[in-house]
Amino acid sequence: MLDGFSAETLARVQFAFTVSFHIIFPAFSIGLASYLAVLNGLWIKTRDETYLTLFTYWKKIFAVAFGMGVVSGIVMSYQFGTNWSVFSDKAGPVVGPLMAYEVMSAFFLEAGFLGIMLFGRERVGEKLHMFATAMVAFGTLMSATWILSVNSWMQTPAGFSIAENGQFVPEDWWAIVFNPSFPYRLVHMVLAAFLTTALVVGAVGGLHLLRDRANKEARRMFSMAMWMALIVTPIQIFAGHEHGLNTLEHQPVKIMAMEGHYESHPEGWAPLYLFGIPNDAEQRLDYAIGIPGLGNIIFEKPLDKAVMGLDTIPDEDQPPVFIVFWSFRVMVGLGMLMLGLGAWSAWARWRGHLFDAPWLHRASILMGPTGFVAVLAGWITTEVGRQPFTVYGFLRTSDSLAPVEAPAVAASLIAFIIVYFFVFGAGTYYILRMMNKRPSTPKLGLQDGPIRTAGITPAPQVNPDFIPGE
Amino acid sequence: MPFDLAFIWAGLIAFAVLVYVILDGFDLGLGILFPFARSEKDRDMMMNSVAPVWDGNETWLVLGGGGLFAVFPLAYAVIMPALYMPITLMLLALVFRGVSFEYRWRTTRWKGLWDMAFFGGSTVAAFCQGVALGALVQGIEVTGRAYSGGWFDWLTPFSVLTGFAVVVGYALLGATWLVLKTEGDLQVQMRRYAWWLGAGTLGLIGIVSLITPFLDPIYYERWFNLPGSLITMAVPVVMLVLIWSFFTSLNDGKDLQPFLSALGFFIVSFVGIGISFYPMMVPPSLTIWQVAAPYKSLAFALVGAAILIPIILAYTAYAYWVFRGKMDPAEGYH
Ligand code: HDD
Ligand code: HEM
Ligand code: HEM
Repeated sequence: MLDGFSAETLARVQFAFTVSFHIIFPAFSIGLASYLAVLNGLWIKTRDETYLTLFTYWKKIFAVAFGMGVVSGIVMSYQFGTNWSVFSDKAGPVVGPLMAYEVMSAFFLEAGFLGIMLFGRERVGEKLHMFATAMVAFGTLMSATWILSVNSWMQTPAGFSIAENGQFVPEDWWAIVFNPSFPYRLVHMVLAAFLTTALVVGAVGGLHLLRDRANKEARRMFSMAMWMALIVTPIQIFAGHEHGLNTLEHQPVKIMAMEGHYESHPEGWAPLYLFGIPNDAEQRLDYAIGIPGLGNIIFEKPLDKAVMGLDTIPDEDQPPVFIVFWSFRVMVGLGMLMLGLGAWSAWARWRGHLFDAPWLHRASILMGPTGFVAVLAGWITTEVGRQPFTVYGFLRTSDSLAPVEAPAVAASLIAFIIVYFFVFGAGTYYILRMMNKRPSTPKLGLQDGPIRTAGITPAPQVNPDFIPGE
Repeated sequence: MPFDLAFIWAGLIAFAVLVYVILDGFDLGLGILFPFARSEKDRDMMMNSVAPVWDGNETWLVLGGGGLFAVFPLAYAVIMPALYMPITLMLLALVFRGVSFEYRWRTTRWKGLWDMAFFGGSTVAAFCQGVALGALVQGIEVTGRAYSGGWFDWLTPFSVLTGFAVVVGYALLGATWLVLKTEGDLQVQMRRYAWWLGAGTLGLIGIVSLITPFLDPIYYERWFNLPGSLITMAVPVVMLVLIWSFFTSLNDGKDLQPFLSALGFFIVSFVGIGISFYPMMVPPSLTIWQVAAPYKSLAFALVGAAILIPIILAYTAYAYWVFRGKMDPAEGYH
């Protein structure tokens, strides 16, 4: 089925496939863990049952998402060795210890306190239970910190020397951890996780408001989510912009690809392309629509300052432009839509009909999954834009590969594709089904109820767990 | 170099792997025994006895792999491609097993499927771990800084044997864990299973130990030449004590001691393997010092390990303490 592909191509596809699945779960569990800590804190402080109901509801959803994040993450940590062993041998002395810190300071924390958060409220009491909940949230943030430091070092390597045997040798750990792109990437990614979660919570709130606009829990979560969307989106756009300027300084080639700048503009007045079809073979942007001068403005350069393009870069050092150009536009476009949603909700709130605006609720449902799409698009921009290197400027992807045979990679890739779609497909279905039930439903699972035809019995009203079709 | 950090780290990684085997062993073992449970209620109890801690148990596997990557990158870079198939299979098996903890509470129609996934995932993961161990003991072909064998070199009668040994051994840990955590019919059933599984585990450990010294002359020398054999003789002696403790406590109806004795089997076998291996990291050609990362990497990671591992052990122990005692069949959050 996959004959004719080289082991390198297959290994890249496999890495991209498994990491893309993995990142979906952290993007949600980082934000949700913090949201749960907030809900639990508010419950303890106000003793308002609505918060407790919401906590219990989202906790069950969190458990499923977290489980999927854990198992897909374990796959990642072994894949460096199985498929990218030369990278592991060479870069291991630098990135390995950072990942070991991640395991010791984050994974154990999440895993150790998760059990208490899920099962232990009665056993340990409110205070310790709150502590456990906060530790899970803190653990997810620590995890993001370390892994983003690793990834950022691969983007903007610093603080190392290269030994005779080809290994990267750490010289200055401070410079390695706090490499130039790390602070930007950390802020941008954590905000992305918060936004993604807010959009999901908002969509669920919107759904239940459409069914019953008096539902207390739905009102509460919808309101909380819309505040997040309103406040965080502008910050995220600003952070993204700063991130881009930093990238312009350290990885200018990636920015050329993101902007579709094949040609240089030595006199300045570089355009900002809104649309175009990158054509790597001819090294030009077909059907381009751009606004002259705006390129200089978003780079915060005077209008007459030169902006260089991919024509100054040898072909073999260029990333695939089409993917980078379009994934970047998808992310930014979705960011703008999120800004719109936040503004709309602010207007509805100000007019006093936040809970009485069916079109806003419908829009929030549509926007529910867009956080995930933006996160994936952002990562694709970042990672594909780094090509053809794994450690930017120092180690090529083609020199990172393990001595594995193509059939072995092909077989495992097919297995991953089948298993992931099946297992994570089922998990996503269970999550959606839980979200479809009212937050006050006592048990979100199991009592699926016998199959009944609507109308013959009044089952749905009697049994809140009723699910058509199961 | 003021301290031999590579040596300390080899000890720490060995410790992480041992903790993994001890903790996830009974956890996977439970899954291996899953289809033998007589009722739905028994299955619920079996799973709930580890539900609050399974993720923490599995994290030691991540530390073992991640630690190897951090401090012995060359070993990681050689072993992983050599064990490509068993490792990949193990990862896939862990995916099935891990998600079934949540999924089986979320559906009635597919509950049976996720029960099977829990059983199958646990069994395949255990088998692959055993195969990986066997393949490592046999030795891995290395040229320069890379693995130079084929993608089926790991598959030999010996590695299949160690695969079975680990499945039976983990099932033993699972059975004795349930003797500790449950009451009534389930406990009686597991006590009976434990007897047979104990006998099976010991038989398989015996066969593997008899073969190992003949796989590599170094192993042979380690075990059968004076003065080394004086120390190595201690291993079988301790084992005999444990065997006695296991069977008598099982027959006397004790709850905790069979579990501890079974863990003892694993610890002693682990020490035995350590004696054979030292100072190799990747037998037969790479020593601990050849695969170690530069001094700065070892030192940086060790600072973290020295501070964090005791804390981890403390709150892991606390989590076990919170969920101590016999299972209450009515508990759960689902
Ligand atoms: C921005 C955040 C982020 C990113 C970029 C990654 N991860 Fe991740 N990972 C998490 C954030 C996270 C998390 C939030 O901490 C998870 C998700 C759900 C969970 O259980 O923890 C997690 C789980 C998780 C686990 C399971 C931990 C456990 O046993 O509890 C492993 C081994 C990894 N990850 C490894 C990786 C590797 C090797 C990555 C790079 C290729 C990676 N993650 C990217
Ligand atoms: C979690 C979000 C991430 C996503 C969605 C992502 C996405 C991708 C994609 C799409 C590729 C393939 C690029 C290509 O072949 O053109 C890739 C490659 C790669 N990424 Fe990431 N990445 C993520 C995080 C990371 C992190 C955190 C690391 C480092 C720890 C990392 C290390 C790598 C490596 C080593 C490759 C090698 C294969 C290659 O360069 O093709 N990635 N990633
Ligand atoms: C609308 C304005 C936005 C701008 C200008 C922007 C800018 C950027 C830039 C320049 C990068 C690539 C950095 C690099 O590789 O060096 C990036 C990456 C990324 N973006 Fe955005 N972004 C925006 C919105 C968003 C939104 C709304 C989300 C998600 C909700 C998001 C999520 C991400 C993620 C996950 C990455 C990859 C990780 C990283 O490199 O930080 N972005 N963004």
